[in-house]
Amino acid sequence: MKILVCISKTPDTTAKIAFTDNNTKFAEAGVQFILNPYDEWYALVRAIELKEADASTVIHLINVGTADADPIIRKALALGGDEAFRVNTDSRDSFYIASQIAEIARQNNYDLIFTGKETIDYNGSSIGGMVAELLSMPYISLATKFSLSGTSATVIREIEGGEETDEVTLPAVVSCQKGMAEQRIPNMRGIMSARTKPLKVSEPAPVDELTSIESFELPPSKKGVKLVPADQPEELVRLLHEEAKVF
Amino acid sequence: MSVLIFLDQTDGHIKKNSFEAACYGAKIAEMLGTTAEGIVLGSVKNDLTELGKYGLKKIRSVKNATLENFDDEVFTHVIAETAKSTGATVIVFSNNFNGKAIAPRLSVKLKAGLVSGAVALPEVANGFVVKKNVFSGKAFANVSIKTELKIISLNPNAYKVVEAEGKAEVEDLNIEIPQGRVKVLSVDKVEGEVPLSEAEIVVSGGRGLKGPENWAIVTDLAKALGAATACSRPVSDSDWRPHHEHVGQTGLAIAPNLYIAIGISGAIQHLAGVNRSKTIVVINKDPEAPFFKAADYGIVGDAFEVVPKIIEAVKKLKG
Repeated sequence: MKILVCISKTPDTTAKIAFTDNNTKFAEAGVQFILNPYDEWYALVRAIELKEADASTVIHLINVGTADADPIIRKALALGGDEAFRVNTDSRDSFYIASQIAEIARQNNYDLIFTGKETIDYNGSSIGGMVAELLSMPYISLATKFSLSGTSATVIREIEGGEETDEVTLPAVVSCQKGMAEQRIPNMRGIMSARTKPLKVSEPAPVDELTSIESFELPPSKKGVKLVPADQPEELVRLLHEEAKVF
Repeated sequence: MSVLIFLDQTDGHIKKNSFEAACYGAKIAEMLGTTAEGIVLGSVKNDLTELGKYGLKKIRSVKNATLENFDDEVFTHVIAETAKSTGATVIVFSNNFNGKAIAPRLSVKLKAGLVSGAVALPEVANGFVVKKNVFSGKAFANVSIKTELKIISLNPNAYKVVEAEGKAEVEDLNIEIPQGRVKVLSVDKVEGEVPLSEAEIVVSGGRGLKGPENWAIVTDLAKALGAATACSRPVSDSDWRPHHEHVGQTGLAIAPNLYIAIGISGAIQHLAGVNRSKTIVVINKDPEAPFFKAADYGIVGDAFEVVPKIIEAVKKLKG
């Protein structure tokens, strides 16, 4: 079994969001970057669990990004990836990024491709579906459970107000979210061995970008909370009805 | 030239998010001087001509046993064929669970630029720029689509449904349907509840409620308001409430008109899932709870004393 896990570098969940260069670039100064939580906690850890159940499993990692991403790739190798690819580009277009992933995937014939459900910076939730279409593979989005029996996978995906249980024959692409696995911390042996695991850097394949980010903006700041005394809760109901007009 | 809107359905009923997408698509059609058309896959109980009230001139209906279960590959194929034959230039989805599964595939199939998570109408005066949600609700990006054919998936509850007079013409399409490769074994849904992603009002409880046995104040308030119920991560992690109710960074991100947080301190990861709510009410006995900084209205007090009085006041108001 060969698994490819797509990993992305994102600002920490508590990072302050600001922009530079006339609001066209994310202000990276002083921001701590992390492995995108959905990629790490759910996609990667589930892949590691599959490897623990079947030692012949090989886990490859792919990141489409610049050299700034190398520390988070090393972390993913420390958690349990065997080998990593990085396609060297700073593109922010999902189609361009998915095309680079598909290119690497074509060269390596994976049985399974995992992505996180979305990145916490661009919130596109698009890479998995795009990679599946580029490789003509079935795609199961927003999976909360994944189990394997030979080359057949049973996957539970979230739907409005419930869940759906699907069966699919590999190869397939699955986007992973909460429920798939639990967060892990890399151990010292993993961190040491990650230093010597292969991280292959390649230049991007020529592909068109279909979109481009023109600018960023911050939401208007809140006016501040209007506090209602605890002994007058009916006043809150009046305000919500007459002032905020929400019911 | 036309704007094609995918009308997603569940159990034969078109979803509320799809009506939002329809109104949004109809407005784009008006801006571009063209017409808005809907596409419905599988059989539905709705009278399709009635969809004219959302601004749709025509409904393309494709019925086939294969379409009764959702398969993103099959649905993508049918929508792509329809878009080609009708000459669509903009395709609109709701950015709900199924929209997230189909729109990226369709983007590749038609080589059409996709903006997912749109929160406003596109700017079309100079190019085609769509505002979308980024950094988990903490910022917006204005994204330009460079291809001729454009795909937008609209965030749930980001565009207001407006009804007007009008009937849509319904046309049954015959499209060859490929066999899907994903087999649906079962579908489990909670009956009779307002789905969180569609709710206009959400009442949510946190650790401050101390245990699942105390949840009646949350569910009773939700019932009085016709709201959906939600919870914070520690609550679903402790199995006090089902996992699908978890809102926040790792759970569902929602944007209702009103979000009432009871006994939730407001960690930044929780805020990331609810900060797009139009009005936020926080009820917490700790005046230092960080959630008050993100709230519009608040009560510092004991939820077990305050909330029952709110329920009474809501019931009185609603008669």
